[in-house]
Amino acid sequence: MKAKHQRLTLALIAIAAVIGAGFLALAGLRDNAALFRTPSELALEPVPPGQNIRLGGMVEDGSIRQLPDGITITFTVEDGDASVPVRFSGITPDLFQENSGVVAEGAFDPRGVFVADNILAKHDENYMPPPLEDMAQADDSAS
Amino acid sequence: MIAETGLAALWLAAALCALQLVFGIMALRNGRADLGRAVRPVAIVQGILTAIAFLMLIWLFLRTDLSVELVARNSHSAKPWLYKFAGTWGNHEGSMLLWIAVMAISGALVAIFERRLKENTLIATLTAQAVIGLGFYAFLLFASNPFARQSPPAPEGQGLNPLLQDPGLAFHPPTLYFGYVGLSVAFSFAVGALVTRDVDAVFARAMRPWVLGSWIFLTLGIAAGSYWAYYELGWGGWWFWDPVENASLMPWLAATALLHSATVLATRDSLRAWTVMLAVIAFSMSMIGTFLVRSGILTSVHAFAVDPQRGSFILALLVLYIGGALTLFGLRVGTVREGAQFEPVSREGALVVNNLLLSAILGIVLVGTLYPLAVEAVSGKQLSIGPPYFNATAGPLALLLVAAMAAGPLLRWRRDDWRKLVSRLSVPLLMTALALAALVLFASPIGILPTLGLVLAAGIAAASLSPLWKRNLRRTPLFIYGMVIAHFGVGVTLAGMAFESAFTEEVLVASSPGESHAVGPYTVRFDGTEPIAGPNWTAVEAKLTVARGDRAARTLRPQSRMFPTPETETSEAAILTSWDGQLYTVLGNGGGGRWQLRLWWKPFVTLIWLGGGLIALGGLLALIGRVRRERRAIERELYA
Repeated sequence: MKAKHQRLTLALIAIAAVIGAGFLALAGLRDNAALFRTPSELALEPVPPGQNIRLGGMVEDGSIRQLPDGITITFTVEDGDASVPVRFSGITPDLFQENSGVVAEGAFDPRGVFVADNILAKHDENYMPPPLEDMAQADDSAS
Repeated sequence: MIAETGLAALWLAAALCALQLVFGIMALRNGRADLGRAVRPVAIVQGILTAIAFLMLIWLFLRTDLSVELVARNSHSAKPWLYKFAGTWGNHEGSMLLWIAVMAISGALVAIFERRLKENTLIATLTAQAVIGLGFYAFLLFASNPFARQSPPAPEGQGLNPLLQDPGLAFHPPTLYFGYVGLSVAFSFAVGALVTRDVDAVFARAMRPWVLGSWIFLTLGIAAGSYWAYYELGWGGWWFWDPVENASLMPWLAATALLHSATVLATRDSLRAWTVMLAVIAFSMSMIGTFLVRSGILTSVHAFAVDPQRGSFILALLVLYIGGALTLFGLRVGTVREGAQFEPVSREGALVVNNLLLSAILGIVLVGTLYPLAVEAVSGKQLSIGPPYFNATAGPLALLLVAAMAAGPLLRWRRDDWRKLVSRLSVPLLMTALALAALVLFASPIGILPTLGLVLAAGIAAASLSPLWKRNLRRTPLFIYGMVIAHFGVGVTLAGMAFESAFTEEVLVASSPGESHAVGPYTVRFDGTEPIAGPNWTAVEAKLTVARGDRAARTLRPQSRMFPTPETETSEAAILTSWDGQLYTVLGNGGGGRWQLRLWWKPFVTLIWLGGGLIALGGLLALIGRVRRERRAIERELYA
């Protein structure tokens, strides 16, 4: 193999690898990207059961219920216009409480209950997930 | 006066950095050899000045000087001294000062110790270093001055995020910074070699110790960060594909590729243009990492800077440096002569495969990390890319990479025969088959990735030791041991990951005092909770009595802690380590006389970090071996 050829071959293989990785990445993104949705967006445009999304909103006042097993809770996430029932088994984050912001990761079950695998609450009293902050600001300007 | 001394030292250092740039350019363009001779001393003094500035900031934090804005915002007089000390870099300004100090000191070390490179290439290298340095000085002095005073002084400091009050985390960021900065030095070497058209084996040998050193720090930083997340967050996971984690993984992937291609260039004088390209990519990744963590673009524990001005500044630097380097590369790549030839089946060939796979994994991680940001910037829509994406795409490629790693060191340079390779791989192949048989016969069915992981781990453990076969062990060079240990470490880490993901047992219960729960080989009895107080927190602590077979019972005390300033709650997991795994316990919320308990049995999970340690140790041995050999070569030249 001539010197020029070897360099060319290597360059071509490198390009092929990059393109291959790109396709792999795109396929992965299509299957696995979890969109952020609020209850009113879901009311307009439901997602099929089983598809992973992140549900964001406020925990409705008086909606947190503990089931008898002691580890499963149900609560309602609302954003003023619509609400979604959520079920979660596990240890809730320290600052998870009623009337405060929450992001739940998971998917809907066939009966329309959102089953969360993971719950994110604000890290400290000043933190809000960025989309909720927009929502809170919109509320402030509306009132 | 301390703050003013620090600031003055910083300004002086910045001025010297500008001088270093001007002298360097004059020496290279106008042939001013007299100015060229001044570049080394200037670089050395600059390093000393930044060290002074950083020491001054440490001093301010240790004294908790509340007239300095940064100290008032991030420290507290009641904090233990270790966290006052670590608080120096546990914030945006301080960590950027650390960046620049490490970078300037590295420049000084290059100026003092580098003897083999041609004088002009060295000057070009230090000039490139000055260009990078100037950007960061400007950033520090104009957009994030750590020494700014405030009047009147604050009555008390505002504390530090309690999640960050942890000995492991105190030393985690600096470790990663050493890694990032080491790659900036490698980048400067590459730019220097491009400028003077000296991309050759000498350049690779000069650059290699910096790549190795930076790679060791990145390895340690990633392993330590992973262990920190594991025991501190209380979620039981050791890697979350969080953008902040990816910010350290991407430079590591690039540095790993660069390390191997630099070895090809140093030993065989092949892959010249590719090695330079990788040096550019590796530094780009550390800039992207710095940008992700420092700009506040990610809302997470790590992103404590929420000032968009800063983000734009780093982004501008990033675009400037990477764009400049790529332009230079484009202009000069034609003048990089073709290196030595090799056949596809050869050590070089295997290392090309290594480089391509690492680059592909890097690309996938980069896309997955930046895609949500790009989507949000363009359409305002929020989405998250989590473990399912990364595991499905990067996982299989990583396993392929491990398979290539088994074969690579057993191939000869230049040309080899694949049939001979198969015979050299017979013991590892046997191990692989035995591992597969054992899994099929004795274990309950597990997923495809963990199965492949365990099987390959057995193979790579055997294959990594094979280069020592039939060698005189006392005459084997140290860097061979380094390679063997690092590759063996990869096998150990892989085994730990696969064991953890395949055989972890989890129990989640609401438990009343006196109840017992079985998890893995353990029986855990919940004996109730009690309130306790620490130096700057209060907590609820559970008492768990843990029994296993006929061994003596042990007590574990997981806590849920409350910090008053700023008001935060954290879970402190209690972990029991034995030779075959860890019992991991977390205390949740209480209610109605019952407490939530989360218990995990994680077999052989410690292998993950043990392997990480072995990888870093291998790197260290290789570094010592290489530096010693270079030294001897220089001495031989001097006395010949």
